[in-house]
This record gives sequence, C-alpha cells and structure tokens, in this order.
Amino acid sequence: MDSVLLIYKGIYILAIFGISLLIATYSTYFERKIAAFIQDRVGPNRAGPMGLLQPLADAGKLFFKEEFIPAKANKMLFILGPGIAMLVAAMSSAVIPFGDTLIIGETSFDLIAIDVNIGILYIFGVVSLGVYGLMIGGWASNNKFSLLGAIRAASQNISYELAMGLSLIAVLMLSGSLSLKVIAEQQTGFNWNIWYQPLGFLIFLICAFAETNRTPFDLPESEAELIGGYHTEYSSMKLGMYLFAEYINIFVVSAVMATLYFGAYNFPFMENLRNAFDDPVLGNNVVTIIGVAVMFAKIFAFIFFFMWVRWTLPRFRYDQLMKLGWNILIPLAILNILLTGGGILLYEYFTKG
Amino acid sequence: MEPLSNRRKNVAQKEMTLSERMYLPAIAQGLGITIKHFFKKKATINYPEETRQRSDVWRGLHVLKRDENGAERCTACGLCAVACPAEAITMTAGERKKGEEHLYREEKYAVTYEVNMLRCIFCGLCEEACPKAAIFLQDDKLAPARYERDEFIYGKDRLVEPLKTTETK
Amino acid sequence: MTESLFFFFASLTLLCAIMVVISKNPVFSVIFLILTFFTISAHYILLNAQFLAAVNIIVYAGAIMVLFLFVLMFINTGKNVEGTLKRNMLAKIAGTIAGGLLFTVVVAALKDVTLGHPDPATYDSQVGMVENLGKVLFTKYMLPFQLVAVLFLVSMVGAVMIGKRETGEQNF
Repeated sequence: MDSVLLIYKGIYILAIFGISLLIATYSTYFERKIAAFIQDRVGPNRAGPMGLLQPLADAGKLFFKEEFIPAKANKMLFILGPGIAMLVAAMSSAVIPFGDTLIIGETSFDLIAIDVNIGILYIFGVVSLGVYGLMIGGWASNNKFSLLGAIRAASQNISYELAMGLSLIAVLMLSGSLSLKVIAEQQTGFNWNIWYQPLGFLIFLICAFAETNRTPFDLPESEAELIGGYHTEYSSMKLGMYLFAEYINIFVVSAVMATLYFGAYNFPFMENLRNAFDDPVLGNNVVTIIGVAVMFAKIFAFIFFFMWVRWTLPRFRYDQLMKLGWNILIPLAILNILLTGGGILLYEYFTKG
Repeated sequence: MEPLSNRRKNVAQKEMTLSERMYLPAIAQGLGITIKHFFKKKATINYPEETRQRSDVWRGLHVLKRDENGAERCTACGLCAVACPAEAITMTAGERKKGEEHLYREEKYAVTYEVNMLRCIFCGLCEEACPKAAIFLQDDKLAPARYERDEFIYGKDRLVEPLKTTETK
Repeated sequence: MTESLFFFFASLTLLCAIMVVISKNPVFSVIFLILTFFTISAHYILLNAQFLAAVNIIVYAGAIMVLFLFVLMFINTGKNVEGTLKRNMLAKIAGTIAGGLLFTVVVAALKDVTLGHPDPATYDSQVGMVENLGKVLFTKYMLPFQLVAVLFLVSMVGAVMIGKRETGEQNF
C-alpha cells in the first residue's frame, strides 16, 4: 500500500513538473500570439499549424546560440543565477491542490503533490527565494545595467512581499488553516473567497504582478532604461532559463490565486452533479476530473489576464512603484485585515447570539 | 487672442478626483480597449500566400516585350533613356545580322539594355515614350530586395520577356 | 533513517557555516549563509516544527539575506579589498586571543550540559505544528507576544521617521 502511494506521488510530481514546463513553454507562444492579437496582427504562424511549433523552434534556437560569459564576470555565480531562478520556480507548484481525490479501487489518490499544513508559507518562502536568481545573476554579470536591474528586483520583491503577506493574512483568518488543501476544500460550490475578500484579492493581484516582474512592474528587466536589466549579459539557454522561470512563476502565481480566491477546483453545482450519480465512487471521480479541468481553466484565465495587462499598461516609474507598495498597498492590506476581523466577529455575534 | 478655430482647449491642471487617483477605472477602460482589439479583424496580410490588392495602374518591374513571332520589339532608339527622369536606363545599339530575323524585329536592336532599379522611380515615362511598344511596367511583379548593389542593374537577361514555348494563344 | 538524515544535515550545516567564514568573496559568504539557513530549516522539519522551518526561510533567507546581498552589491568587492585590509601583527594576536576566549566560553558552557530526553508520558510530537504553536502563543505567552508586537511597532515608527521627507527636500 505504501509503495503504491510512493510511486503515485513520484509520478504525480513528475507530471506536475512536466505540466508546468509545458505551460511555461506555451506561455511564450501565447504571449506573442496575444500581443499580436491585441495589436491587430496575427503573430507567429509559420512553424507548424497556427505556429504551434514556435516554442520548439525558439528553444532550438536558444540551445544553439553561443554561450557567452563576459570576461570580467564571476563565472560560477553567473552560471548559478539562472539555475537558482529555474529551481525555485519549479519548486513552488508542489503544494498546490490541482484537484480533489480520485478513487481507484480501494485506494484514494489526492491530486496534490505534498499536503503540508504550512502550504501557503511554503509558497511564500519559495517565492521570496526567487529574487536570488535575479540578484546573483545581475551582480555576477559585472555590468552596471545588470546590477541596477538586480537592485531593482531585490527592493521591489521585498517591498511587495510585505503587502502580499498581509493580504494573505485576511484569507487565513477566514479559513483558519495554512494548508492550501483545506482552503480549497472550504470553498465548495460557489462559496469562493473572492466574495469575502475583494479588496484582499486586488492587493494580492497587484503584488503578484510585482513579484513575477510583469508589466507594469517589470522595472528589473526594462528594455528601454536598462537594456534588459539583470539578463543583459545572458545569452543562449541561460537567458532561456530566466525567461522560462518567469513564465513558470506566472503559472504558479495564477494557480495560487485560483486556489486562494477562486475556489481552486470547485465549481457551482458540483454537489448536485455528485449526487446525480448512483455510484458514489463514479460520481466522486467525475466531479474530480471536471474539477481539475476547472482548476486549469481558472489558471489559464489568470495567465491570459497577466498577458492582457502586459499589452495594455505602460511601465511604472520607480518612485511610483515604491510609493504604491509602501504608502498604499500595505495600509490597505492592514485595513483589510481589520475589516475581515470585524466581519468575522460580527458574523459570530449574530449567528451565536 | 481670438481663437482661429473652435478646437482650442483650455488646459489647466485640475485636482484629480478619487476615482481618477485610484487609476482602476482608467485601467479597466484600457483593458476594455485592448480586448476590443483582440477580437477585431487583423490587419495582417500573409504575404507569400496572399498579396495586397494592387491598383489597376500599378507600375512594377520592367519587361521588354517580344512580338507575336517571338522577336524583340526594342530598336534601341533611346527615347526611353531620354524620357527617364532618373536616368536609370542605358543601352547600346547594334545592327541585325543575316539570319537573326527571328530574334529581332527591326534592323537595329539593343545589344545591351540595362535598367538600374536603384535609380528607377517607376514613373512609367519610358513606357509612354516607347514608339515600338517594347517596354512595359508589369502590374504583378516587383523589383525584389537584394544583397549587392550590382544585382540591381537589370540586364537584358532579366528584362526580356521569356519565349513562349507553347503556342496556345 | 531520521538519525542518518540528522547527521547528514548537521555535517552540511557545519560545512556551510565554516564556508561562510572562510570564503574570500562576501557574496559567496552570503550564499553559504543562505544554505546554512536551509539546513537549519531541515533540522526544524526533522523536529516536526514545520512552521518554524518555513518562517526561518521566509524571514532570514527570503528577506534579511536579500538585504545583505543588496548592501554587498553597493560595496566594491573587487580585488583591492585584500590590500586595504590591515594585517599587522597586533591584529593577528588580538584575533587569536579573542577567538580562544570565545572557544573557552563555549567549552565551559557546554561542559556541564546534560542532554534532556523528553518524557514519553507528556511528550507531544505535534507541539511544533502551527495550530499548537498559535494556541500557546495566544494563551500562555500572550503578554510577551504582545510586547514583541509593540516593539515591532516602535521600530516601524522609527523607520518611518527616518524615511520621512524633510521639509524642503525634493526627490522628484
């Protein structure tokens, strides 16, 4: 029994890793496609049908490019930078519940890689490590623009992590658990957290944009001012790793947002559907499979939103970025915590009294 | 001063309202505009498969025509070179030998005929000047981009209309 | 299993900690310090204190060490650091004496320590879990917890005061 579960976990982790790589690969394609559509163009359409093989072509090109390391760069750290970025990005999808339980025979399989009771903290810790890849790479390049990009990345990530954490606390007050699985289970049907936490979600969304270095917060890698920021000196697959890590981060952040605020794998009338089947096992499995599809639909919707915003909004100025983070988002997040606490107390007063 | 048009606007820095300072309505408006463009018809023309609709009087790459027997019409009179405002056309004239009647229509013909496509402005004056209806600007071909400047000087090898091998017309 | 894991992480911790001190490049020191925090977090997980492990990584590796690295980036850590460092005889002797004294203190402190074994009757393996930790913090240690919060508030106010724009100062 134990070995079955162990093998299952191994396969599941590999599958999640593969899926996140696949989604990251195709994010590059959809990024270009969406950019083109918004700008009234058609985008890549030469490689394969509708240009669907474009990511493969891009990857092949990146692999065959010259691996360039600047003469005065710190070689070890220069190579370590993209590695850390990629490692950290790939680590974070471990605790996200992509679905409920599948029941096959006598065994029930949880569709979550690791169910720890500190799921959110794990993601938070891993995400906060992501900045090291950028910092080390930017510093090791021995280039002033890269250094500026690295410094921007560091200060931006630290500033927005605070607001992000504070906006999370309100969700945790509602759920009373740090486990993402428990949080997902609480939002059955249409009982999503977004209805209780609109302000918290807005803060989290803005911080997610800042944490993943996406427009309008892509100051660490702004082409116009910093000629690429921390990855100015990078070429070949090392550059590819940085870009890849960014897209995996978008995927993970989308998954976290879907889990925390949009009910993860839950969808309206799921209980009705479950009860419509005579066989409880079959009903459970059908609901679970639809739930996984719903979860991925939510994730893709968020990824689309990320890209949509990128091709709509211009970049912030750096002082505006800092002002938004420290002067607006953090006080708002604290206010949100107070409001949530008050709301919970009122609810308990009226339901118990 | 009296306004010259009624389009003059007074620009004064006003205090922003709360909704303006929040920027969120403006962001939503911007997102609305971009999503509208997302579903719009695309402006792209997939070039090699589709070509842009050309005007009926489009003037493209030159061609030196042959007559109905396949002989070159050009007599190297030089009127096209005189008419050319960009001085893109040069030629040297030669006399037709015995036995070349099937190649050249008149007794005088162009031994070389060169059009410099870098100078040419595709005005079509050569076409108008030609008394023998020998040079035309085609409506379906362009002078394509090339790597070397020499390649833009089109000689007779590239200008003369190819011989029709089959007599279907 | 657990024991061999413990020895693995313990040796890794010591190795990383030594590397922090002997690395010539301060950036490498910071990276090894981060690794040290990771291995310490691994120890916390071995002790079933997952919350502490996560918080250790978030706070130390995720925030404080970023600031360390941030500051290091502004300092010129080129080759001329070696030359400017004063390495006269007096400094070496003073360093040796200070290190020896510290070592003596550590030895003296650890000499009489008896390793306490948990009483199996009262031992609760779930004591490090988030729920239990929260309950203890908000009941038994309520006053110290709130005092620490006030301390943080004071330091926050201080930071705001330092960062406040002076009258007449213009940044943008």
